[in-house]
Amino acid sequence: MSIIADHLTYIYNKGTVYEKKAVNDVSFSIKDGEYVALIGHTGSGKSTLIQLLNGLLKPQSGTVYVNGEDIFVKDYDLRALRGRIGIVFQYPEYQLFEEDVFTDVCFGPKNLGLDRQETELRAYEALKMVELPDEAFFQSPFDLSGGEKRRAAIAGVLAMKPDVLILDEPVAGLDPAGREWIFRLLSKLRKERQTTVILVSHSMDDIAEHAERIMVVDDGSIVMDGTPAEVFSYGKELMEMGLDIPRVSRLLYMLKENGVNVNTDIVTFKQAIEEVAGLFGKGR
Amino acid sequence: MLRDITLGQYYPTDSYIHRLDPRTKITGTFIYMISVFLIRDIWGYIAAFLFLAFMIRVSHVPVKFMVRGLKGIFIILIFTALFNVFFTPGEVLYSLWKLDITREGIKVAVRMVIRLVFLIMGSSVMTLTTTPNNLTDGLERLFRPLKRFKLPVHEIAMMMSIALGFIPILVDELDKIMKAQSARGADLENGKLSTRIRTLIPILVPLFVSAFRHAGDLATAMEARCYHGGEGRTRMKPLRYGKQDYSAYTVIILYLVTVIAIAVML
Repeated sequence: MSIIADHLTYIYNKGTVYEKKAVNDVSFSIKDGEYVALIGHTGSGKSTLIQLLNGLLKPQSGTVYVNGEDIFVKDYDLRALRGRIGIVFQYPEYQLFEEDVFTDVCFGPKNLGLDRQETELRAYEALKMVELPDEAFFQSPFDLSGGEKRRAAIAGVLAMKPDVLILDEPVAGLDPAGREWIFRLLSKLRKERQTTVILVSHSMDDIAEHAERIMVVDDGSIVMDGTPAEVFSYGKELMEMGLDIPRVSRLLYMLKENGVNVNTDIVTFKQAIEEVAGLFGKGR
Repeated sequence: MLRDITLGQYYPTDSYIHRLDPRTKITGTFIYMISVFLIRDIWGYIAAFLFLAFMIRVSHVPVKFMVRGLKGIFIILIFTALFNVFFTPGEVLYSLWKLDITREGIKVAVRMVIRLVFLIMGSSVMTLTTTPNNLTDGLERLFRPLKRFKLPVHEIAMMMSIALGFIPILVDELDKIMKAQSARGADLENGKLSTRIRTLIPILVPLFVSAFRHAGDLATAMEARCYHGGEGRTRMKPLRYGKQDYSAYTVIILYLVTVIAIAVML
């Protein structure tokens, strides 16, 4: 499923003293199956941008094309679209409301108008996918631990089987195991369902490790767009925007500054190990 | 969606009226309200109008925002006008089926509408130039004498300001929840009343949960800072009357005297 953003502009509180331009003439396209990371400091407009992509917010100007169709024309079925572009918001666990976890996860597929059997099947599949223990399925969501709640809430979106999954800082507040779980889940989704993933995150290490493409948002505009190696080569500029580069890149840059000849285009941990090990091994 | 709503009416700008002590503004508004009920003839209305116009001018708030406050009572205005036009006994000008339009009725209706407009706009000047928190501070201070009658003035004021502070937080939360549920395919806009009520559940349950969570967190945070009520509590920004407040009081009293003089003499 391809998404094209065409000159999107969104202004909060337009026409009042509190007017704020959150997204400013942004254009880009995302291809089917891509793994894109969206980075930018707090308040840069990332969250507004992702809400425009599935029609939760309507832009003041510009539009979004999904599979070539303009989603902001009248009569476009936005509800069906939201089933295909799933958004996991920040702290999704605060959206749980049903008496038990299973019914809550059924909410999404039920809204898509699926029959009971299909709904329940998808809910079960989604709960299995997020690795929630079976005994939690019929507990009240409010009795779960923080991490389990997050799993249940994400299952609620996965149960709609979206083609595109947008996650807004899914690892915020999770422990290291929980964070690893999220990335394991995303890899699995990509492999088994060919899901397109758009990830908003502040963790440069995770992004370097997983994403294929990075878009940097600053002050409502996309200022950089490229592979992790390309984007992270602009360390100084990123720092000025209140962002950071992965620890791996920082280490390699420091080595280079100190006269060690290493390839600074490397961003993942595994490649870095090989590069550094190479210095000791056959290189000498 | 909801974020476009501005809650509380405060219009942030800098003006003579913005800088006044909230107590001055509350007292002033109160006096103005009384004066509106004292006026009887055209001169009184002119005085009240001029005073209001002057205040709006000095407050630097666009008249547009003042008029916006009237929208909410538009229906009440129409009802008041109609009731008075038809149900005031007097010289009949025109008969509409069984209803009589009287000369006195029209007079009373016009007066009532003007008074209501003055009242609403007058209080708008206060709410538009004072932050809700400042307003509760002012009220707390003004009502302090009631403590003698065992009225927990500080506690009531604290509850009010916490409640006011929570409104934008909960509106924000509501906005997030609504978006999250519509992202899960909830249809919040269409449908019959019966189905619409059911669509409220996925929104209200998380909203209440989060309201309680916020309340609990705040209570803990206050406890951790040793909050124990108003006894012996000092303020970071104590309310103090300045020069501008004394001159404002002078203006208000002069205005009141004028209105009373007009009412008595004419």
